[in-house]
Amino acid sequence: MSIKEKTKFNPITWVLDVCEAIGTTITAFLGGIGRIAIFAGKAIYHSFTPPFYPALIMRQIINIGYYSLPVVGLTALFTGMVLALQSYTGFSRFNAESAVATVVVLSITRELAPVLAGLMVAGRIGASIAAEIATMRVTEQIDALVTLSTNPFKYLIAPRIIAGVLMLPALVFVGDIIGVFGGYLVSVYSLDFRPENYIHKTWEFLEYDDVMSGLIKASVFGFIVTLMGCYSGFNSGRGAQGVGAATTNAVVSSSILILIFNYVLTQVFFS
Amino acid sequence: MTNDNKQTKISLSGVYKSFGNNHVLNGIDLSVNKGKSLVVIGGSGSGKSVMLKTVLGLIKPDKGVIKVDGQEVNNISNKEQDNLMRKFGMLFQGGALFDSLLVWENIAFALMQKGKMSKSDAYDLAIEKLRAVGLKSDVATRYPAELSGGMQKRVSLARAIAEDPEIIFFDEPTTGLDPIMADVINDLIVKCTKDLGATTLTITHDMASAKKIADNVAMIFEGKIIWHDSVDKIENSGNEYVDQFINGRATGPIEMQL
Repeated sequence: MSIKEKTKFNPITWVLDVCEAIGTTITAFLGGIGRIAIFAGKAIYHSFTPPFYPALIMRQIINIGYYSLPVVGLTALFTGMVLALQSYTGFSRFNAESAVATVVVLSITRELAPVLAGLMVAGRIGASIAAEIATMRVTEQIDALVTLSTNPFKYLIAPRIIAGVLMLPALVFVGDIIGVFGGYLVSVYSLDFRPENYIHKTWEFLEYDDVMSGLIKASVFGFIVTLMGCYSGFNSGRGAQGVGAATTNAVVSSSILILIFNYVLTQVFFS
Repeated sequence: MTNDNKQTKISLSGVYKSFGNNHVLNGIDLSVNKGKSLVVIGGSGSGKSVMLKTVLGLIKPDKGVIKVDGQEVNNISNKEQDNLMRKFGMLFQGGALFDSLLVWENIAFALMQKGKMSKSDAYDLAIEKLRAVGLKSDVATRYPAELSGGMQKRVSLARAIAEDPEIIFFDEPTTGLDPIMADVINDLIVKCTKDLGATTLTITHDMASAKKIADNVAMIFEGKIIWHDSVDKIENSGNEYVDQFINGRATGPIEMQL
């Protein structure tokens, strides 16, 4: 009898169950945001208070900046090239081919270089930070730091975040130049533009703010990637599975946050 | 329990800790006297490691008071925590050596971070500590991953005693070692702690190790201390839990959760 009663469809309990499911999801989501915000606050605080570790910051700068150059460079080069091709196809339909150079340089500096560099670095650096810190968590190396009177926020997290915030704009700046060069290559060698014309058009409508806004975005993305890498690694679960999950979380969450913040920042800059 | 307050180095009273519905510590009362070696025995999952980590401040207890040198350490600032940690040395179960640093940099880590020692002094001190744990100086410039498990344990011990700590914690120091190496480590622990006059707290389920290094033994079961006395009374403890554990019987009051 009682089993029958339980399985019988009751609209009120069904509605309550649905509400409960929605409620738990939302509170878990908000709780996660809160934890990340607290973690971010601590990370920023410890980035600005001594002791600093210049050697560790330098190592991260080389790792994040220098070793990401090939990935970011290639991404920018081919993006610039395909951009020239595609915009040429579109503009030639109404005889506006001369706008190709302007479209390439504006798209690259304002949007594509920062976003694509951010996503590539999320895959390369975010994953490696998360895996490294998660392994240190699992093998108790983070606990060992504490027992050796060393704050893991200062020793592990601050150097990575400082390097990310500083190096992403540098990478994007290089990416801007390479991306524009990619557009130039395709336009000049395949679409028969005159080189001096193309370069002139590139400069003609380019403004300081276009480049600057891209670099500021890059800095924010650098913060997001390194923060999420550190956060996922630091709060990793136990064992190999924990390390794997931390790595996935770092890449997925930083990629999504990059796209969200890209929109928000664009709205703030240009409205 | 002998509770002469002047002599008490570490004390835990009524310490509780739960992770969700998993009640790991259920009111731990324990004290370690100055210069003594206390070994806490207990099965896997009995809360040994969590207890150790609450004293180190790595895990915050839900309830209860933990004192070191009569001073409460539950809610202290980062700076006080750093200062407190200078009294401690800790040998982690897996060694927890920093794999990105050389062996000597691991040993001299705390000293170099404080900037109170030059690089060459720190190196000399690391070599001295390596000798103290029976390793040759050529190990100093290798990475931890290049060493065997027994050697890693010794390097980890060298790091734990590098700052001449007043208190040393050992988390399952002999786990994962062959019986001979385990005995070597036990001898080193006894020698090093006697040399330093340090107070030590060891958690283990290796009875040979416990008998060798302990002055006192306490047994933890289901997050509580159920027996605490000097090591020579352990064979005649009159406690059936302790009897079952030290004789390693599958049947008895302790039921393994399978």
